[in-house]
Amino acid sequence: MSKLIFNRRGILKVGAAGGVALAAPMHFVKGAFAEDMSCNMPTGDTVTLGFNVPQSGPYADEGADELRAYQLAVKHLNGEGDGGMMNTFTSKALKGNGILGKKVAYVTGDTQTKSDAARDSAKRMIEKEGAVMITGGSSSGVAVAVQGLCQEMGIIFMAGLTHSNDTTGKDKKRYGFRHFFNAYQSGVALGPVLKEEYGTDRRAYHLTADYTWGWTQEESIKNTTEALGWETVATVRTPVGAGDYSQYITPVLNSGADVLILNHYGKDMVNSLTQAIQFGLKDKQVNGKNFEIIVPLFSRLMAKGAGDNIKGILGTTNWNWSLDDDASQAFVKSFGAEYGAPPSQAAHTCYVQTLLYADACERAGTFFAPKVIEALEDFEFDGMGNGPTLYRGADHQCMKSALVVKGNENKQSEYDLLKVVKVVDRETLTYDPAIFGGDLGPSDAKKC
Amino acid sequence: MFGNLSRNDWLLVLGFAIVVLVSPWTLTPFGAGYPALLQKFCIFGIFAMGFNILFGLTGYLSFGHAAFLGVGSYAAVWSFKLFTMNVIPAVIFGVLFAGIFAVVIGFVSLRRSGIYFSILTLAFAQMSYNLAYSVLTPITNGETGLQLTLQDPRIIDNAFITPGEGLPQTDLFGIPMNGYPGFYFCAVALIICFFLTLRIFRSPFGMMLRAIKSNQNRMRYTGFNTRPYLLTAFIISGMYAGLAGSLMAVTDPLAGAERMQWTASGEVVLMTILGGVGTLIGPILGAGVIKYFENIFSSFNDRILEQLFSFLPDAAREVAVWFTGLFVGEGWHLTLGVVFMLIVIFLPGGIMEGLQRIYNRLGGGSGPGAGAPDTAAAQPAE
Repeated sequence: MSKLIFNRRGILKVGAAGGVALAAPMHFVKGAFAEDMSCNMPTGDTVTLGFNVPQSGPYADEGADELRAYQLAVKHLNGEGDGGMMNTFTSKALKGNGILGKKVAYVTGDTQTKSDAARDSAKRMIEKEGAVMITGGSSSGVAVAVQGLCQEMGIIFMAGLTHSNDTTGKDKKRYGFRHFFNAYQSGVALGPVLKEEYGTDRRAYHLTADYTWGWTQEESIKNTTEALGWETVATVRTPVGAGDYSQYITPVLNSGADVLILNHYGKDMVNSLTQAIQFGLKDKQVNGKNFEIIVPLFSRLMAKGAGDNIKGILGTTNWNWSLDDDASQAFVKSFGAEYGAPPSQAAHTCYVQTLLYADACERAGTFFAPKVIEALEDFEFDGMGNGPTLYRGADHQCMKSALVVKGNENKQSEYDLLKVVKVVDRETLTYDPAIFGGDLGPSDAKKC
Repeated sequence: MFGNLSRNDWLLVLGFAIVVLVSPWTLTPFGAGYPALLQKFCIFGIFAMGFNILFGLTGYLSFGHAAFLGVGSYAAVWSFKLFTMNVIPAVIFGVLFAGIFAVVIGFVSLRRSGIYFSILTLAFAQMSYNLAYSVLTPITNGETGLQLTLQDPRIIDNAFITPGEGLPQTDLFGIPMNGYPGFYFCAVALIICFFLTLRIFRSPFGMMLRAIKSNQNRMRYTGFNTRPYLLTAFIISGMYAGLAGSLMAVTDPLAGAERMQWTASGEVVLMTILGGVGTLIGPILGAGVIKYFENIFSSFNDRILEQLFSFLPDAAREVAVWFTGLFVGEGWHLTLGVVFMLIVIFLPGGIMEGLQRIYNRLGGGSGPGAGAPDTAAAQPAE
């Protein structure tokens, strides 16, 4: 072994280098900030938003659609295009001249549906590119991780598609806001329909994506179905992005279950559902009843990926393009004109979130984060496609209606994949924010 | 040359320290002068340097080094959760646990050499990944990643101070460890590691490791038992990785299982080969290049490309944007692959060989330069 001899000379040198190293950070400790400065407040004539979406991995399709929606929102905010839902939005603070007169610019990042990568790209957008707000994501794991980072750095995070109860429950943050509905609300919405369609005597088998969203959705759906009188045979966790689900589906056949609940999303759901159909589950008779499959969180992009397999399968969704209110129609028209296809629910929630942030800045009259947060909390609005909506201040969760949908048996067009079975109103879906615990934390502005 | 360091070596350490410490200014023109990326440079520099002690000196190619990185991260985050937000205990725990892990994995894996050793380490790393991902979720929190919560005991902190509102930040005796202070903490760790690596390279122990690489049988015939040396090198290398992992947790207190995935293990092999296997500075350069590409190229989107090619006529611009679009954004791995292929084909000794060639071309070829004294001994990957 080498003998690490430290002579006097050596120690002096290392000590000197260390001294320089320790003193150097002092150069970066900036002077006292003015009272109303928060991180990355724009000073020039543009304001930069950070769009952090999955461009690779199992949720890449959702990510691509989210990015399209963001680009459309930026256009509308800058007064280009037909204005979309800005025309139907009940708050008229937005004038189509950017936000507070500053032109909206944006930077993008790839979350890769990994917490590490998502935080890296969010940090890059905040530290290097000066983004004043971060939005996006198509996974609750990522949303929770990025929301934590944003709270730490004092940057507002407008969550994209995230459906876990934890995002605005156990892991809620003062700087994080969610427009999308959550697993608990899915359970509440789905319950009565399940009872009506499948009765009260069923045996359910869960396959669950093994992370925060899967866990909370499994819990919520289980609570709902057990309240109906269903029995839960087993709950099996599967890794995200597994690809091959045959080893998980084979045991279902012999378990005596007559309902399979797939707590999967994105390409995972496409794969698991396709394989379940290939194993002949839908054609089986168990306990004298038809075997049924339920996908509690449904989206049109997934339905497209799964093709004919989705016919007759029940699930919930935040929004669907076939809704006929003015706001939804305006958005579908504007999105369709731009990209030649109707928007997905992920695109809808991301578009709405961008507009809501911009509107809150306008109403607050500043980009100063604590004031913008104040403007968003307990904000009541309409004209965004989900009817009257409240941004609840207690947990930063939007209270609004949601849809129970069914895979369309006879579709009229290639986009007509989901049939709305029932629109569940806001009152039914409102719950006590205290049930999930958590703590929003402080809203004080951070320097950066 | 052995034992004590020569004057040139001291100059090298000094020069290295200066280059690292002024990097926030020098790298700004390249779009890399922001803390998150600079921290990554240091952290992966340490990781690659440690990997190089094993691979560069002994020639044993470990394909599972990310496991130590992950263990270091988890240990550090648990230290934050259980004891204190001070980073010193976290770093100590990270290095210690990675070291213990390395003893176990090394003891088993080093019974074989060559491809069998690589496969064994890969198997161990993949096992650790799967354990962290789904089996040990109470310890690792699975896919969601281990994070700080308000309910953490943090017994040492809570015994002395009343916690403020919200989640606490990692700190070094009061200096918060995000942004530039975090970078300087990593930079100092990198410089210390560089110094230690230099000592190892110049020591009889380092000589022994090189001898194992050149002919292990001959070593055995002359009566040396090589395994203790190999195991020591493996453990040191694992501890470097553990340090890198704990620094990742220091700058961002979150640990995810994907840090242990085989792609992460492969990445450090790429870094080392790209920079120059067996050289002192090479792996750090390789780590820097790869992290730079990852951060800069992956952030380009079509809009930025359109601006870049705005001088071209419309049709040509569309083609140019489409083609370059393949290599940026989510396709940055393609760029990395091309660069890697070019380097391995034309510069088997990595970036360091390229620098050496330029240095020789400029007329300084009579002796090794002060900035790169070790490149003459560069050997291609085996």
